[in-house]
Amino acid sequence: MSDSHNIDAQKPHNPDTDGFAHEESELESHFQTKNMVINMGPSHPATHGTVRLKVELEGETIVKIDPEIGFLHRGFQKSCENVTWTQCLPYTDRLNYLSAMMNNFGFLNAVEKLIGLEIPERAQYIRVIGSELHRLTDHLTCVGATGLEMGGFAPFLYGMEARELIQDRVTELTGARLTTSFGRVGGINRDLPEGWSEKVLKSLDRTEELLVEMDGLLTRNRIFVDRTKGTGVITAEDAIDYGWTGPALRACGVDHDLRKVQPYWVYDRFDFDVVVGQHGDNYDRYLVRLEEMRQSIRILRQALATIPAGPIIVDDWRIALPPKPEVYGTIEGVMAHFKLVMEGIQVPPGEVYDATEASNGELGWYLVSDGRGRPYKVHVRAPGFPVLSALPHIIQGKMLADLVPTFDTINMIGGEVEQ
Amino acid sequence: MDRVAAQFPEAVAERYVDRAGGAWAVIHAEWLPKVATFLKMDPELDFKLFGSADAVDRLHLAESDPRFEVVYFLYSLKRKEHVRLKVRVTETRPELPSLTPLYRGANWWERLVFDFYGIRFTDHPDLRRILLYDEFQGHPLRKDYALRDRQPLIPERPIKDIFRGPGTSGVA
Repeated sequence: MSDSHNIDAQKPHNPDTDGFAHEESELESHFQTKNMVINMGPSHPATHGTVRLKVELEGETIVKIDPEIGFLHRGFQKSCENVTWTQCLPYTDRLNYLSAMMNNFGFLNAVEKLIGLEIPERAQYIRVIGSELHRLTDHLTCVGATGLEMGGFAPFLYGMEARELIQDRVTELTGARLTTSFGRVGGINRDLPEGWSEKVLKSLDRTEELLVEMDGLLTRNRIFVDRTKGTGVITAEDAIDYGWTGPALRACGVDHDLRKVQPYWVYDRFDFDVVVGQHGDNYDRYLVRLEEMRQSIRILRQALATIPAGPIIVDDWRIALPPKPEVYGTIEGVMAHFKLVMEGIQVPPGEVYDATEASNGELGWYLVSDGRGRPYKVHVRAPGFPVLSALPHIIQGKMLADLVPTFDTINMIGGEVEQ
Repeated sequence: MDRVAAQFPEAVAERYVDRAGGAWAVIHAEWLPKVATFLKMDPELDFKLFGSADAVDRLHLAESDPRFEVVYFLYSLKRKEHVRLKVRVTETRPELPSLTPLYRGANWWERLVFDFYGIRFTDHPDLRRILLYDEFQGHPLRKDYALRDRQPLIPERPIKDIFRGPGTSGVA
């Protein structure tokens, strides 16, 4: 090995790296960072419903977020426009699988406004009872899941226990656990089962106990408070500008509840408070939901105590199916039944926008009828849609860990948002 | 709506109160931003909450010209009332000024209208499809888009006797 030679001289020259290779220390080279794009979803454990969040991160800070929502899209409007008004009911149930009755009744309320129909008092009471039961299940799931994703499993189990209790009562009432299809144009499908009210009252007692447990486990829990207080903040002006309604808007301090400002059915007869927050952060949205459940229980107790006797559906064979003895015994009954089933309810031409207070906010229905048995246009204003559209505004520049509680408390429901 | 008609007499083409008491007015397209700004900024009207927006394809209705009608739903927290603004758009030039600079909430709803009806919003910051994928051809909520038309992104497996939704006879 006599002829030693310079290795460096033999190495090919690389203009790209040679220039600064010697200037950079080894330590610095490890700190070279670049933005990372991660995909949350379409079915991430922390994203309720099917949604994909394209999150661009710089370290742990969210630089940019782009929610993509079309994964569940089932053509709700198109489907409704090709079936009769009554056949739309199962579709409306599936918009929000946690509070199906509210969607159902909200749609029916709009149809009845379009016809100009007043439903019997007992049916109005039963609609209030059904809506409030489903408001409870919706909020229980939301609050429980929020606790779960902040690391508390027990509150979730308590929430599920209460939800199961209520869903058992819903099953006894409607025959279905989730997608109830309980309403009919002009009233409701079936009357309350015998002894049902007492069972509901007992379930409400137990639910109140479980709410105390959830409250005690979460509200002053250090981890929960640290992760929710002051995160996901939105001001009242921004929330209104984005079109927020419901608990998320009330958490910003806006006193707005359609049950109070434009009472529908018999809501004006009950004594309950509109729950309002202050800061518009995740913690307030959680507290508003927790207190709203107590108000729902209050409404339910009053409604069950004062429900009057009487018919549950209008006595008009152009709208409601005739009683079965009439169908089997008289020619008028057969004809009315046949016309309703084959052609659907003949809704007079016109249009209407009607909104009810669903569990997550204003559920609006814009219906256009051309006078035939099928809707010409069905537009649903789902409360989750504007709330989700504001997510980039409230989360950009914040930490990735804040995304999870924010996403929990705005409570996006996939079926509604994706229409 | 009386105040809008008084403020902009030439903007309002038609106004009406429907059976349920909801007030609406048809606005000429070029006046839309001005009327919306007035509704939002006027301290007495205060229509600050953007409800939603959607379109109606009037193809099968009695008056089908102009073909589309874009409907904006606004809400006033002060007056506690809903109002709807309608703008008629022709099929040949489905274009409207966007309300997104005025209401940030209009952003996604206008994308939805664009996606489903193909109505373009000028000066919209981010006009792209929202529910359907980019490769989708046509606009499915138009009345002349066939109900049974299917455009799967990934080819479907052939399955016999499957119900493909209402209006189809079980054939894919």
